[in-house]
Amino acid sequence: MQGDRIQPIAPIEPVLKPGHTYASISDKISDIVVKRKTTLGWFLGFGIAFSLTMVLFASITYLFIKGVGIWGVDIPVAWGFAIINFVWWIGIGHAGTLISAFLLLMRQDWRTSINRFAEAMTLFAVACAGLFPILHLGRPWLFYWLIPYPNTMGLWPQFRSPLDWDFFAVSTYATVSLLFWYIGLIPDVASLRDRTEKRLPRLIFGIMALGWRGSAQHWHRFQMAYLLMAGLATPLVVSVHSIVSIDFAAAIIPGWHSTIFPPYFVIGAIFSGFAMVLTLAIPLRRFFGLQDFVTLRHINIMAKLLLLMGLGVSYGYLMELFMAWYSGDQFETYVSLNRLTGPYWPIFAGVIACNVLAPQLLWFPRVRTNTLALFGVALIVNVGMWLERFMIVVTSLHRDFLPSSWGMYRPTFWDWSTFLGTLGLFFTLFFLFVRVLPMIPMFEMRELLTHREGHTREEQQKLAVEPEGSVA
Amino acid sequence: MMSDEQQSLPSHVQIDEQPLQRQQLFHPRANTVAKVSIIGGLLAVALAFFLWGVYTRSPYYTGATVTVDQPVPFSHKHHVGELGIDCRMCHTSVEQSASAGMPATQTCMTCHSQIWANSPVLAPVHESFRSGVPIAWNRVYELPGYVYFNHSIHVQKGIGCVSCHGQIDEMPLTAKAVPLTMQWCLNCHRAPEKYIRPRDEVFNTRWVAQDQLTQGRKLVDDYHIVAGGRLTNCSICHR
Repeated sequence: MQGDRIQPIAPIEPVLKPGHTYASISDKISDIVVKRKTTLGWFLGFGIAFSLTMVLFASITYLFIKGVGIWGVDIPVAWGFAIINFVWWIGIGHAGTLISAFLLLMRQDWRTSINRFAEAMTLFAVACAGLFPILHLGRPWLFYWLIPYPNTMGLWPQFRSPLDWDFFAVSTYATVSLLFWYIGLIPDVASLRDRTEKRLPRLIFGIMALGWRGSAQHWHRFQMAYLLMAGLATPLVVSVHSIVSIDFAAAIIPGWHSTIFPPYFVIGAIFSGFAMVLTLAIPLRRFFGLQDFVTLRHINIMAKLLLLMGLGVSYGYLMELFMAWYSGDQFETYVSLNRLTGPYWPIFAGVIACNVLAPQLLWFPRVRTNTLALFGVALIVNVGMWLERFMIVVTSLHRDFLPSSWGMYRPTFWDWSTFLGTLGLFFTLFFLFVRVLPMIPMFEMRELLTHREGHTREEQQKLAVEPEGSVA
Repeated sequence: MMSDEQQSLPSHVQIDEQPLQRQQLFHPRANTVAKVSIIGGLLAVALAFFLWGVYTRSPYYTGATVTVDQPVPFSHKHHVGELGIDCRMCHTSVEQSASAGMPATQTCMTCHSQIWANSPVLAPVHESFRSGVPIAWNRVYELPGYVYFNHSIHVQKGIGCVSCHGQIDEMPLTAKAVPLTMQWCLNCHRAPEKYIRPRDEVFNTRWVAQDQLTQGRKLVDDYHIVAGGRLTNCSICHR
């Protein structure tokens, strides 16, 4: 391979570091759950996240007592942090589905070691996202009116409204993601059941494993179910955020009423999702010593995808500005000008800096394989995508057609506490997840080993004989 | 249902290199428990929804057909059905205003200063007459604050008293005749021709239509009731 070719700057690492056996894979991953002691670092991280979760609960309680007036929302900006955070969280989930379902169907073997925690990330992000549309209702206890059921009011929901499609999209997404994640867990919780000494965890894992014995029939049905679920989940990568975008695009507000919104939102969602996967993967592999399974090859590929998606959203920004000019529409033009030079210009500048400029660093292989630098870029993109949603929601609303109805939106303490609280909820769930469940699918890693043994000599060499890498 | 059978693994899968010698985790009956709990759980959820639907439609929840205690056991059956007193004798504002109006004690005393003047049953009426404090009747048709019901428009457009209040002339004690759910309101608002009657017959509790639909369609037309949208617009009842 090296021969007369140019030596790549960062050598391509295998998706699984050489030297592993079936047993060593299972040991290494399951020991984190069943053998290792809970570390002080875990307690520290969990403690911080859990405190923030309590802040969330306090904020929600106060919200339910006082109503949405405690937030900064008002007319004309009636959609504030709640919708910004909703779109942000739901977007983050998308990378998990893309990795787990779409890449499974595409037979991308590098998805294997990251799919479990990416799916967990999806689930927890959807849980955080799902809170917001309910919280922002004036009468949140009546949210079930979105469900079409034979009621004594003689009414159906407004099926022509994207807000109702949104409800179906998000609840379908949550259900399918949960099922997909759970089905994928079954062989692994069975392994945990067989490896745990204590009775109570054995019982819990035993119940979760649904009687898994690993028979050929079990594997056959499992593979079929997993593939079918992947097929069901794949359209959701595109459909959920398309519908979220139609929540906006169906309105006639300049800055929202745009046909580019569905693809623009989907790409933005995957962009922010990959940023979050990297934000989680880089510390995880370090703290739990999983560099053998989540190798620099994974990191490198995800960084490339992050760059690709970053270019996608950049195209979206460019098109928005271009269409504002090309349409000649006075209001569209004004929205763009207002974003650039109006009172919220720092938001726009932040969006461009974080989502367009920062990912350009990923052209350099040195940045892609330097986990610290990449972690920084991923964090910046997370922030940038949140700012983008702020830009879309607030700058479009705060100056609409009539100058007499213009206004400003300023988040209050409770806006911030609710947002930070969901971050706490997300990380609380994530800390619990890495402690009680295998964060990397053991059986799929073992399968990877099998496939490798079956491959040709050349491919084997490519996978296994690569140098350990100049960076680690 | 757990590892109670021998393990048969495909060649490439090894779950454990050192199988632990343990007693069985689950009894064979766990199989049944698992199946029953999966199916039973789904059935329980379905049943809960069904019972909720039954409950919200039951008189226990809607109050339909349930009599309400009153300070005086006033009988519409006696006054309307047997004596033939017109509704408007007591509910004077029903044709002009949103509220049908409750009679002043003086209205009762028109007759009851002479008839049953010393009856202990009517003591609250006489007490009210003496003190000038109105009788505190208990509301039978309670609508939420966000429903702006107007009696006069319904009376003017040919909706009979009994359409909502039932055979009031046969009620010894007054009860809500209908569930008063929004669905019930919409039944008429979506198809007024099924319930409308000539204006002259609004207060006639005994009126029966000959051919309701044919006549109803004509009346809807005659009274300029714009069906199909207007009547089911949210702000017709909610402002």
